[in-house]
Amino acid sequence: MTERVVIVGGGTGGAVLANDLADRLGSEIDAGEVEVTLVNDDPDHVYKPVWLYVPFGQREPADGRRPLRELVDDRVGLRIDHVTEIDTDRERLRTTGGSTMRYDYLALATGSTLAPGEIPGLEEGGHDYYSETGSEALREALLSFTEGHLVLSVIGTPHMCPAAPLEFVFMADDWLRERGLRDDVDITYTYPIQRVHGNPHIAEWARPLMDERDIGVETFFNAESVDPDAETVTSMEGTELDYDLLVAIPPHRGIDLIEDAGLGDRGWVDVDKHTLEAEAADDVYALGDTADTGVPNAGSVAHYQAGVVGQRIASEIRDRPATATYDGKTLCFIETGMDAASFVEFDYESPPSPAPPSQKLHWSKLAYNESYWLTARGLL
Amino acid sequence: MTETDIQPATTVDARGAACPGPLMDLIGEMRSADSGAIVRLLSDNEQSLTDVPEWTNEAGHDLLATEETDDHYAFYVEKA
Repeated sequence: MTERVVIVGGGTGGAVLANDLADRLGSEIDAGEVEVTLVNDDPDHVYKPVWLYVPFGQREPADGRRPLRELVDDRVGLRIDHVTEIDTDRERLRTTGGSTMRYDYLALATGSTLAPGEIPGLEEGGHDYYSETGSEALREALLSFTEGHLVLSVIGTPHMCPAAPLEFVFMADDWLRERGLRDDVDITYTYPIQRVHGNPHIAEWARPLMDERDIGVETFFNAESVDPDAETVTSMEGTELDYDLLVAIPPHRGIDLIEDAGLGDRGWVDVDKHTLEAEAADDVYALGDTADTGVPNAGSVAHYQAGVVGQRIASEIRDRPATATYDGKTLCFIETGMDAASFVEFDYESPPSPAPPSQKLHWSKLAYNESYWLTARGLL
Repeated sequence: MTETDIQPATTVDARGAACPGPLMDLIGEMRSADSGAIVRLLSDNEQSLTDVPEWTNEAGHDLLATEETDDHYAFYVEKA
């Protein structure tokens, strides 16, 4: 009987996992003993880190899109469809149009979605670079922004790429200096807790850099509402900030399907943080942003988790003990300007120690972004 | 630490979450809570012992009580 593996979501986690399984289980797939199907509602794979560079005119959203069919092994069945229901008791999925898919193993890599509507006024008053359209609109706003108050507000966590808000203000500072505008622009960075980043080691490293660069900081600032007419953003803590350009990291959610299936709250699947197995259902894994492990919602995390899930599913199919576990490994380059970057590497046990910013690390980040397509193909 | 019979309107179970997850979970719940409502946060992260009082003080909410059990803490916060 054919064992069916279904992966939902064609981002980094889903694409890397599909290729990992095609590689591990190639002979079984060729023999018809295993089927691997990747379901995604967009024919393209989207590499989101490109968006950070769009507002500064350095990349285009199209640079982050490639057809999934070009990236995924031919042995993987690619289905462009929208999953509307997960039934973990009957091990079935329902898709748009009412068709059903049976699975023996399910991997959920459905990722993050933006929920700006949770903050009144944010959609009208704020910009973002966490979407293709948002990054393009922010580019237009930045190009005409020559003086005033730029506020970068992190609204809620978890959000994709936890370093990106720091990167944005460092890049904006540098970009405005290069253009001779920095003296006419104040920059303020707001963060929900009492430091500038969720990880205390990264916060401790970043804060002096922000002070040196005259980037203002408001901590314990949880935006509650935005008044687009008055150009103010008000926090739950009672602080009101005037802005001329508001760049926000909107609230994030997973997809409703997860909560509807009883797998976790707000679209994040409750998992064993080492095995990545769902706590509420058998034969279900989650990876990347979707897995509620407490580690950053970052591409490197999804990449490493895909290898773990791939090994575990392959072992189960072959009736071997699944031994691979995820140790929290995370890698992240952090831009500190337009031509310098730092780098961190950490896991569940070892905290990050940011490397001194250098041009070499900046070029390493850009080089990795270019070679990412090899990662998506499962080659790097 | 006190033993309490406070009856919360809602409970946020953030046990197992790494810092700052428990505080962010509490903040998320407080966004939608009514004024006067009591939210209970369960956390097994020691950092919550400083994070939660600092934030409630900053935001003007009342930290009514903190309980310690064998394996976690319970914070009772009343929304201002």
